[in-house]
Amino acid sequence: MLSLRVNGSTHVLDLEPEMPLLWVLRDELGLTGTKFGCGIGACGACTVLIEGVAVRSCQVPLSAVGSSAVTTIEGLSPDGSHPVQRAWIEHDVPQCGYCQSGQILAAASLLAKNPAPSDSEIDAAITNICRCGTYPRIRAAIHRAASLGNG
Amino acid sequence: MTHMFESALIQPGTVVNLSRRFVLKGLAAAGTLVIGTSFLPAPARAASAWKTGADLMTGGTVNNPHVFIAIDPSGIVTILASRTEMGTGIRTSLPMVVADEMEADWSRVRVEQAPGDNIKYGNQDTDGSRSVRHFFWPMRQCGAAMRMMLEQAAAARWEIDVTSVRAQNHEVVNLVTSEVVGYGALAKAASALPVPPVEALRYKDPRDFRYIGTGAIQIVDLRDITMGKATYGLDAKMPGMKFAVIAHPPVVGGKVVSYDASETLKVPGVEKVVVLETPPFPLAFQQLGGVAVIARNTGSAIKGRDKLKVVWDDGPNASYDSVAYRAQMEESVTKPGLVVRDDGDAEGALKSAAKVISATYYLPHLAHASMEPPTATAHVADGKCVAYVSCQWPGDCQADVAKTLGIPREDVTIYPLLMGGAFGRKSCYDYVIEAALLSKATGQPIKVVWTREDDLQHDTYHTVSVERIDAGVDKDGKVIAWRHRTCAPSLMSTFKNDYDHQSPIELGMGVVDNPFDIPNLRCENPAAKAHVRIGWFRVVSNIPHAFAIQSMVGEIAAALGRDQRDMLLEMIGPARTLDPRTFRGVKDFWNYGDPVETWPIETGRLSRVVEIATEQIGWGRSLPKGHGLGVAGHRCFLSYIATAVEVAVDDKGNLSIPRVETAIDCGFYINPERIRALCEGGAVMGTALAKNSEMTFKNGRAQQSNFHDFLLARITEAPLKVGVHIVPADVNIPSSGVGEPPLAPFAPALCNAIFAATGKRIRNLPIGNQLAT
Repeated sequence: MLSLRVNGSTHVLDLEPEMPLLWVLRDELGLTGTKFGCGIGACGACTVLIEGVAVRSCQVPLSAVGSSAVTTIEGLSPDGSHPVQRAWIEHDVPQCGYCQSGQILAAASLLAKNPAPSDSEIDAAITNICRCGTYPRIRAAIHRAASLGNG
Repeated sequence: MTHMFESALIQPGTVVNLSRRFVLKGLAAAGTLVIGTSFLPAPARAASAWKTGADLMTGGTVNNPHVFIAIDPSGIVTILASRTEMGTGIRTSLPMVVADEMEADWSRVRVEQAPGDNIKYGNQDTDGSRSVRHFFWPMRQCGAAMRMMLEQAAAARWEIDVTSVRAQNHEVVNLVTSEVVGYGALAKAASALPVPPVEALRYKDPRDFRYIGTGAIQIVDLRDITMGKATYGLDAKMPGMKFAVIAHPPVVGGKVVSYDASETLKVPGVEKVVVLETPPFPLAFQQLGGVAVIARNTGSAIKGRDKLKVVWDDGPNASYDSVAYRAQMEESVTKPGLVVRDDGDAEGALKSAAKVISATYYLPHLAHASMEPPTATAHVADGKCVAYVSCQWPGDCQADVAKTLGIPREDVTIYPLLMGGAFGRKSCYDYVIEAALLSKATGQPIKVVWTREDDLQHDTYHTVSVERIDAGVDKDGKVIAWRHRTCAPSLMSTFKNDYDHQSPIELGMGVVDNPFDIPNLRCENPAAKAHVRIGWFRVVSNIPHAFAIQSMVGEIAAALGRDQRDMLLEMIGPARTLDPRTFRGVKDFWNYGDPVETWPIETGRLSRVVEIATEQIGWGRSLPKGHGLGVAGHRCFLSYIATAVEVAVDDKGNLSIPRVETAIDCGFYINPERIRALCEGGAVMGTALAKNSEMTFKNGRAQQSNFHDFLLARITEAPLKVGVHIVPADVNIPSSGVGEPPLAPFAPALCNAIFAATGKRIRNLPIGNQLAT
């Protein structure tokens, strides 16, 4: 039995320790806001925060999480009011929207340690793939979120 | 107002926790009027104000407000979206048309997704960039009819003539007394009235549109997306659901000879394996075959598949080698091929030309690589099937699932969820068939998950092309001859055996409809046999055709020492209206499935977008060292689009794209904000296509497997300054495509810019390291 703390709730799970966190979140806990994109840590669709830092949950075995706090997109804010979420709405960032949970969490993680990132700092931190091509708006929205304050 | 979908369609016990789309329970609790179907008039078929080809498609169009609109007593208006959402915003745009025309207040409108049913809702094939051009008028008619029924109900209530009332922002005003009554209070009486015939409909003055054309309405799923609450195909939940990951035949058409699942079945969480039969060619949208691993979660299923040992019979495509195939196609275009257009005497004119410019271009197979891989969840029980799908064609999917299971169409319920991208891949619903077959075999609800490896290695690929163009120029520098040989396996081969030439669909994407003002113009199509499934990829055969044609314009300009933009405008020629059916040698001309009478080729519109894009980028301005400008303009999906690119290439050959300007003329439009988004995205997707993306094959097997070797653009290399300019058009100018066109001009514009910057002509995509010095 392993315990897992997600969005403030603790779950006790009878799963293999090597099970990727992604599938635990999606298929066992029903937290489907975290998306599957590649399974090799290359695209960032499965990004979650562990102790506030963006990680790719397809590369994190359940056993590695330990007692660390996991935050998924569902837990970023209770009402969608995180500055990154507000900026995403202001800039109409999503097209299909599928990668945006991961993009938003990567942006939130960046802003938590760097409240006013430059273009190049954004480019270095946001390595998530968007096939629809929303990058121009992602960059604009991160600047906007920075100006809204890093909540 | 009326029912939209019967509650019986949602299986008892089904988890209906699917965002805002399935709020039937909530609506019922609020007292939605549900009227028995028998009381409804027969659905009026929509008579479009502009004539389309929609009626040639299964189900045509439907404009009946009883089908699309519900009003509950509190005044909440629910509008069905019958087309599926893959990221274009169509799920918002078409309901917005209904709402605007019926004078509903958007803040009191809810959008619900229609299940798959071409007959009830009209054709649901959400592709071909056709949703707006086919459904703008039916949706407008639907809204107008609803508004008139509400006005009539109000007039009856006040016992005054209908001309003395006016619907306005969710209520009807009594023009005599200034009393108002809300839509909610009128719903019951209005629903009992006959639907006015199309000929009797009165439409709003377009100047009074509140939402259409403004770009002020955000997509209905926006907030849910930012909160992780939007429900995509992969997110469907059914009680007792199991997860399936399938070992597909590594070569398309291959079959399972034998398998050993002993190690697979030891993986914790794995419950069983099921063999899926490989159907004979043509595969069309059927399952690929293979061995499915069924588990309690996707992680276990993937691990179980890793441990599966399968012996395959690779079948007839086992020797497919994309390097050898390319050489064969390059050889083919050196010889005459099937003549598909033959204006004037191109061969003679090439012989007499003062100068002949020739070039051969190569464009590789591409995978769609939507961020959400193909997925479906199905439950087959008691002779019925319910499926939650990520699918562009839910109507045809309903019919084909029924056929596969041998049950009536009415017993298959397809709920389309949001698609995490699609780009044409999810028109092919082989994975829905897989889910249905596996559920039938196991008796359990099954979610089929394609991993990224499945997606890239078993795609319905974009074709692979070799294009050769020979252009003859006379002594005055005028292009007098054009011979285009286009060689590519056809997407029709997926549906028909031995289909070795491009179909009219592919040839109509830029080849035989070439609008250039050249008297001697010949197009030839050498044969090419397909060895993988070929499908639709965003903008389809316009990718190779526009790349070759627009690159050749740049090559001619360079050979003559002319400005590339001026050369392009000269070759497009004076403004005129063309009908390719009158071009010599053109048979079965395909105008994107729509009438030439409504959408002829208007060369003036093409010139105009070229002029706008180049003006916006500051064509002719002096540039820093290593920078260059390029342009391409193309008609596709009945729209006119041009992109101008500024590129910067450094001493090592690294390229960056400081600026892109795109101009689009898509006729009358609904949501300019989404048009801008799609054009921005087209430049980003175009960057990947031009620079890095390529699928290759050896021994019939795809050689790329995931995002480490099938490369997409990331934020570091994507153009981030993309200006978009939409040519204004009133409602009399028929709408045309937006979803696909932005991809077509980008790669040739970029390569023309690279030539301007470096003098190096890119003829083979992807660019890869060709610029390295």
